[in-house]
Amino acid sequence: MLKRVTGLLLLALLATASRAQTPDPTDWDAVLAEARGQTVYFHAWAGDPQINAFIAWAGERLQAQHGVSLQHVKIGDTAESVARILAERMAGNSDRGSVDLLWVNGENFAALKANDLLYGPFAEALPNFPLVQADRFPEMREDFTIPVDGYESPWTRSRLVFYFDPDLLPEPPLSMAELLVWSQANPGLFTYPRPPDFLGSTFLKQALLELAAERDVLYQSVDPTQFDAVTAPLWAFLDALHPTLLRGGRSFPGNGGELRRMLGDGEIALAFSFSPAEASAGILAGELPPTVRSFVPRGGSIGNVSFLAIPFNAPARAGALVAANYLLSPEAQARAYSPEVMGSTTVLSMEALTPADRARFEAIDPGPATLPPQALGQPLREPHPSWMEALEQAWLARYGVR
Amino acid sequence: MLLRAAPWLVIGLLLAPVALGVGLTLLPAFGYLPVLGGDAFSLTPWRELLAMPGLGRSVLLSLLSGVLTPLLALAIVLMFLAGSSGTALERWLRRLVAPLLAVPHAAAAFGLAFLIAPAGLLSRLVSPTLTGWERPPDLLIVNDPWGLAMMLALIIKEVPFLLLMALAALPQCEPGPRVTLARSLGYRPAVAWLLCVLPALYPLLRLPVYAVIAYASATVDVAMILGPTLPATLSVSVLQLFSDPDLSLRFQAAAGAVLQLAVTALAMLLWRLLEVLAALAGRHWLAAGQRARGEAALRLVGRLGVALLLALAVGSLLALLLNSVAGFWRFPDALPGNWTLQTWSRALPEVLAPLGNTLLLGGAATLIAVTLCLAVLEAEGRQGKRLAPALWLLYLPLLVPQIAFLFGLIVATEFLRWTPDARLVLFAHLLFVLPYVFLSLSEAWRHLDPRWTQLATTLGASPWRRFWHIRLPLLLGPCLSAAAVGLAVSVGQYLATQLPGAGRVPTLTTEAVALAAGGNRGIIAVWALLQAALPMLGFALALLVPRLLWRHRLGMRSTA
Repeated sequence: MLKRVTGLLLLALLATASRAQTPDPTDWDAVLAEARGQTVYFHAWAGDPQINAFIAWAGERLQAQHGVSLQHVKIGDTAESVARILAERMAGNSDRGSVDLLWVNGENFAALKANDLLYGPFAEALPNFPLVQADRFPEMREDFTIPVDGYESPWTRSRLVFYFDPDLLPEPPLSMAELLVWSQANPGLFTYPRPPDFLGSTFLKQALLELAAERDVLYQSVDPTQFDAVTAPLWAFLDALHPTLLRGGRSFPGNGGELRRMLGDGEIALAFSFSPAEASAGILAGELPPTVRSFVPRGGSIGNVSFLAIPFNAPARAGALVAANYLLSPEAQARAYSPEVMGSTTVLSMEALTPADRARFEAIDPGPATLPPQALGQPLREPHPSWMEALEQAWLARYGVR
Repeated sequence: MLLRAAPWLVIGLLLAPVALGVGLTLLPAFGYLPVLGGDAFSLTPWRELLAMPGLGRSVLLSLLSGVLTPLLALAIVLMFLAGSSGTALERWLRRLVAPLLAVPHAAAAFGLAFLIAPAGLLSRLVSPTLTGWERPPDLLIVNDPWGLAMMLALIIKEVPFLLLMALAALPQCEPGPRVTLARSLGYRPAVAWLLCVLPALYPLLRLPVYAVIAYASATVDVAMILGPTLPATLSVSVLQLFSDPDLSLRFQAAAGAVLQLAVTALAMLLWRLLEVLAALAGRHWLAAGQRARGEAALRLVGRLGVALLLALAVGSLLALLLNSVAGFWRFPDALPGNWTLQTWSRALPEVLAPLGNTLLLGGAATLIAVTLCLAVLEAEGRQGKRLAPALWLLYLPLLVPQIAFLFGLIVATEFLRWTPDARLVLFAHLLFVLPYVFLSLSEAWRHLDPRWTQLATTLGASPWRRFWHIRLPLLLGPCLSAAAVGLAVSVGQYLATQLPGAGRVPTLTTEAVALAAGGNRGIIAVWALLQAALPMLGFALALLVPRLLWRHRLGMRSTA
């Protein structure tokens, strides 16, 4: 009897072990061979047709180079896919998942990793991983303070960048304090997306990083006993700011796209985005006046890396590995960098590239309203993901009913 | 034999998934979901739900929308019919109604937003000449805290629906003789209609009205685009809980879905109360014998209401069209500074795959739905009795809010190890297409003059021959309109496409929703128009085909 139980346990262990190891990302030739002919369902936010066109292009290249078919599953909110993976886990679906590759970071990655819903570690075994020079750029191994541990592969850099309409705002405010003074003198020219929209929550974190007495606590899990004391300056700031916002702070835009539209219509004078190229792309697309320019607050702005992860039950893991590696290649990253394509900031380290690959990047004009990399300065690190959740809850409790 | 079983088969087909879905939502709502550590029943999810900021307001908003929307929509429809029934205006409007019905809810909501927002088309048209606005006014018009913009969009969509349903049911109420009789007693025409035709018509309209109540109290797409945000309506709040990465919120979300079910039921109960009160008031009016009052007001309000809604609907479409070809369009310019087809040309290569899926799904769901509905109606006709009480069950998917059972249903399919694919999506679409097709078809079918069939029987025609050669050709028009309604319903489905298909079956609607997340007005407009185009084509065909087919038969054309 005991023998049978241990036997079963062993079998179960073996089963999980073999699941974790197939395919073995260090044996790249085997991965390539297994990937050929696979269809990879890539769940990625699809609110921007430029991003969708880039993914379609990458799919063609992957098909031509490796025989992998990349299917973009267009989603409006990454949390939907996370919820789906969780539902599959609930139902005991451990090998027929519907997601093969997922564009993810922050809160969603934390939830996936904490619930053991990811395949890996794989990222550092990808042939293109050395090009990010993770030893020089620790943000490649850290996602909102959560160690990546090889469970997701770097894909693109995001940076909180403000942009403004010089006709309505000649001198942009370079800190939260200046923002408040300007908004009080010129009410109705600013607003921010409604948390828990991720850009709106990022505004809260940026303000908290600027206003908090000390930042260290923000990089640890929230201590509920300290939360009120740490965030008091933020609420004082928002209490003063809200009456001066567009619509008197009684209604907020739903997302970054709506914020951009408001700036284009001249409803507001100042907006912000997680993509340094957003203002240039908006001008090119005829959404923003050509005079719009970007800036970064004096004390720096939040920056993060977003990643590609493979769920634990992805059927086409080898294909997903090949796709993640391709999206990390100089060819794909340089194309994504071009403002006509995506305008995304690369995760590759220029020093690690061959001169020919470096030239691909140098040949690209980042656009009139895009800041050069040196003007962006050092990014501020993202706080621990528990802060995002706690800030959103506290915001809704304070301002959620108008 | 098979035909005799058809009604029960169809009821089972619709009842089982709804019951299963609601059941699998009820369990976690009371704390039972072992995979997430919920081993025992508890009220904790409810306590957490009730502690949510703004929950009371969310409930109130959903309830208000669930009662006010059908009330206003029905009032406009009835006043219009009272004042204009049988006139040229009514016949002209009947043709206009179908295309309006074809525009999916989300597309209509975006159009209205582009029309009435502070930086919208209307505001641009009157600025700066009339208003002096050089910048968009800082007014809370869209996303207003009481959901007025949302209710307006719903009314614009529901008036055509109720009007079409009323026009379909009207002939069997014999409005002509009734009004003539009442007029001979000295009543003015509109009042006569209201007092003598409405009591016969309303029972036939009750189901569509309850479907409107369910939709208005639980809408997700219209509420997300135009509805209040701080707090949002109950359905939107629940949807946010369901898609939160924090797993523990699933219990709270399930409780919220059950609460939504209760709120919708309460809205229906309140409506029932209104029905009783209206009947009492009507009887009092009749007994009082008051003849003169209200005639002019009735006519005016009905016509003005319909005209206003028509103008808003056309304006919304125009706003969508303009935005789809606009380059940079600075406020307060009434027209875009430059025009471009770039948004269209960039979208078109992306359209083919979702368009194909939309057509296949819509076509298949509609075909199956029409076939099953005809089977049910034919079975009912041959057995010679109405299955009315049982057939109420057919409408269950329309009366139970989607979020109260779709998530539970997905968990069920996962447990059954059904792979998410197009077949599952088709099935989910059928849940909503079938009831609407039945709703659109049943009255016309049941009230076909029985003498045609009797005549065929005396000539020795078999039951199937009577079906294929008499009833179906005579009712081709209603069948095609019902099919057009079915197609429109299928095209508009978002949750019922995205959830059972795991996002792998992109349709025009899923694509439009994903792109709407980016907030680009031009792109939203292009996709909203694409979404509207297909159902419009469906309605156009439903009107054209009988005319072409019966072009040599004058008598058939009048019935079509």
